[in-house]
Amino acid sequence: MNILKFLVSLIFLIYCFSSDLKAKNLEIEITKNLRCLICQGQSVYDSDSEFANSLKILVEKKLNEGLDEKQIYDYLKNKYGDWILYDPGFSKNTYFLWVLPILMFVFGGAIILKKVILNKKKL
Amino acid sequence: MKTKIFPIFLIFTFSIIFFVFYKGLQNTNVYTPTIKSEIKIPNFDAKEFFSKDKINSDQIFIGSDYYLLNIWASWCVPCKEEHKYLMDLSKKENIKIIGQNYKDNFENAKNFLINLDNPYDLIFLDNDGTIAIEWGAYGVPETFLIQNNKIIKKIIGPLNEKLLFEIKELTQ
Repeated sequence: MNILKFLVSLIFLIYCFSSDLKAKNLEIEITKNLRCLICQGQSVYDSDSEFANSLKILVEKKLNEGLDEKQIYDYLKNKYGDWILYDPGFSKNTYFLWVLPILMFVFGGAIILKKVILNKKKL
Repeated sequence: MKTKIFPIFLIFTFSIIFFVFYKGLQNTNVYTPTIKSEIKIPNFDAKEFFSKDKINSDQIFIGSDYYLLNIWASWCVPCKEEHKYLMDLSKKENIKIIGQNYKDNFENAKNFLINLDNPYDLIFLDNDGTIAIEWGAYGVPETFLIQNNKIIKKIIGPLNEKLLFEIKELTQ
């Protein structure tokens, strides 16, 4: 009987906290993608600086206000610029960053292709 | 043909890498994003420092030509250094100095003002630091010069002789 009571209360507790946990997970996910501007090289989630702690509170506040992930990023981008995001969007400042791997891939592919074709011709 | 393209490609790649890193050498380690000037001031609710009455930012930034928002705290050493410049500016008629008390202990903050004098026309509290983020600030001290509800100058770090002069020039 005791075990049953324990299990029921456990399930109840898990049920209560699961929605809370979901919100917490999203908050963690967001703060992990934010760069701490004071302690550069650390994410807001990892940092314990005054700035990072305030940002954590703010993200929680904004989530409670009903803003979604993208809206929070936009809001912070507006205040601090792209630099605060670890995963910046595609804009005129970042296009080189995004296009460079593709360019390298294409160049590398062209070299390999050329080699293969030349080798085949030799054979 | 085959032997030529590879060294050219190699040289090209390394010169790009060299160029990027060489450029990077001259930059400082701590990167501060470029400040978009002429940003509208944020709207927020806060508590007044002494009375603890709730005030909205609309009630604060009304009726004067220029506002100087200064984020400060009693535990912040550079704030003490810049204090004399704020005292100097508080004598100017057309500029109102607004203090934002950042994550501070009330008694310490009060003593700070008693010991060093109070340059602020109004102070509001920012106990959890979220209002500082509304301003796009990093920490203390930070100063914003405001005209017509727009930020016309943002100063990160303490004020100095040169910045004081600049502020005076801008608020002529």
